[in-house]
Amino acid sequence: MENELRRLKKTAVQVRRDIIEATTHGQGGGIHVGPALSATDIVTALYFKIMQVRPEEPWWEERDRFIISKGHAYAVLYAALAEKGFFPREELLTMRAINSRLQGHPAYHKAPGVDMTSGSLGNGLSCGLGIAMAMKKQGIAHKKVYVMLGDGECQEGMVWEAAMAAPAKGIDNLVAIVDHNHYQSCGCLDEIVPLYPLDEKWKSFGWHVMEVNGHNMNDIVNKLTIAREFSGKPVCIIAHTVKGKGISFMEHNNAWHNGTCSEEQYAAAMKELDEQEAAIEAGMM
Amino acid sequence: MRQFELEKKTTRDAFGAAVFELAKEDPKILAIGADTTGNLGMKDMAKEMPDRVINIGIAEQNMMCVASGLAATGYRVFGGSFAPFISMRSLEQFRTFCAYPHLNVVMAGGMGGLSAANEGVTHQCPEDLSIMRTIAGNVVVYPADTASTRAVVKALGKHEGPAYIRLGKFSFRKVFDENYKFEVGKANILEEGKDVAILACGAVIYRALQAADVLREQGIQATVVDCSCIKPLDEETVLAVAEKTGCVVTVEDSTIIGALGGAVAELLGENLPTPMKRVGIKDCFTESGDLDLLMDKYGIGVQDIVDGAKAVMAKK
Repeated sequence: MENELRRLKKTAVQVRRDIIEATTHGQGGGIHVGPALSATDIVTALYFKIMQVRPEEPWWEERDRFIISKGHAYAVLYAALAEKGFFPREELLTMRAINSRLQGHPAYHKAPGVDMTSGSLGNGLSCGLGIAMAMKKQGIAHKKVYVMLGDGECQEGMVWEAAMAAPAKGIDNLVAIVDHNHYQSCGCLDEIVPLYPLDEKWKSFGWHVMEVNGHNMNDIVNKLTIAREFSGKPVCIIAHTVKGKGISFMEHNNAWHNGTCSEEQYAAAMKELDEQEAAIEAGMM
Repeated sequence: MRQFELEKKTTRDAFGAAVFELAKEDPKILAIGADTTGNLGMKDMAKEMPDRVINIGIAEQNMMCVASGLAATGYRVFGGSFAPFISMRSLEQFRTFCAYPHLNVVMAGGMGGLSAANEGVTHQCPEDLSIMRTIAGNVVVYPADTASTRAVVKALGKHEGPAYIRLGKFSFRKVFDENYKFEVGKANILEEGKDVAILACGAVIYRALQAADVLREQGIQATVVDCSCIKPLDEETVLAVAEKTGCVVTVEDSTIIGALGGAVAELLGENLPTPMKRVGIKDCFTESGDLDLLMDKYGIGVQDIVDGAKAVMAKK
């Protein structure tokens, strides 16, 4: 397990490198780097530990599915898919640029591995509910649909339409993961429209609720494993995260909701990631 | 002037019944509604195939994305609610999550056009055809009666990609029978005449035929075309009848902005500028009332069509 955790942590560092690379040298312009970095550890755990997918057969009908409903975190999805082998890493530099398969927000079937269109907030949980219902009808309910929501996204009313309907329809192959990084585009969520008590809201809608430190790989893997094995109710994991996680000058700094790195910033970010990798190797992280 | 009988069943009944027929042949067909499966004629299907009819609750946007998810997992989904809630409230969900991924989702808008009648403006939807035709790759159909609705649903059951079908609330006039043929992108020429072409869709096709009778009594020979498939428009047929007659009238219980009339005007304007008149609802909100009386009051009477035909003939 320790080796596996080390592997996952190192993969997360590589995913962050990919994101920073695209944020600096990508052809497509500004990248939503902050919201991608807060989701990186969880998305890494999903693709490299929890979900069963086949990069060589991306539309394999019995795969687990992932919807990044907070679609502005496309960079972490694309980076994870590239690292998993769905398409070449070099292609990441084309995200958001013309003629790329990696659209400005994820587009279903345009790029291998993108299980659903997203980017318009509030819709992904409903799409995931439809997929979960379909998988039950097809007898592949042992596979799950994982939907990552932004915390700000939970201000969308439609999230709660899906949250209400899923337990009512007997769905237990659906896992919502709320990336609770406390920021939305215009500022701090708590100062705009707070969500609390968020856990009680999901519980009262009939979901099994867990909380996780969204940057502790051990905790993430444990909670996602429980969610994967859970039956009888849909599961919501509230992930406590840091916007911009992993790059010190981006952390808690909403100016990096969307941006482009200068070469200096790029060098500083990559140095930090190299140091993180060394610390992981040394068992210090 | 010919008279057309009111049907006993509505196009909504016909829609649900036809989906049920399809579902018996194709296990990949599912039905979904937002507390509207009963309103869409799906009761029989729900009784016999309860696991294939989903009532998701009064939540149209959620319904639309659930339909997207079902279709993205291999199902062919027929769903619907009332036209304003499909074409407006959940429009973005239809556009981004059903049409953009080109999924097999057919959405029905019951109470389309003026057919919500006494329900009033909240439930009427003269705008649905205009709105839905702007969505890339979307098929938009407005059948005239129950027989044509059945044919349309059968055809859409084999169509790849999204579609919108406008249905009525109350019974329509019977125009067609079980021999009605529908093909996506094809119009049907119902009557041929050399003086004027009347292109109509849905519940007012019978009025176009009645107007042709009135015109005939006055020595004017009208071509009448069933343009129930608003998108893709049968450009070949529309251009041919425009060329042959030299003037065109479109008829629909829709806004004149952007629906069948708009589609025909775009086509003719670019390819064959032709005098034309759009008979439909002007830029205004309507009101509650009996469907026939509403159509008469808001400019879709038989006399409006006759007047329109004479006006465009005078411009030739």
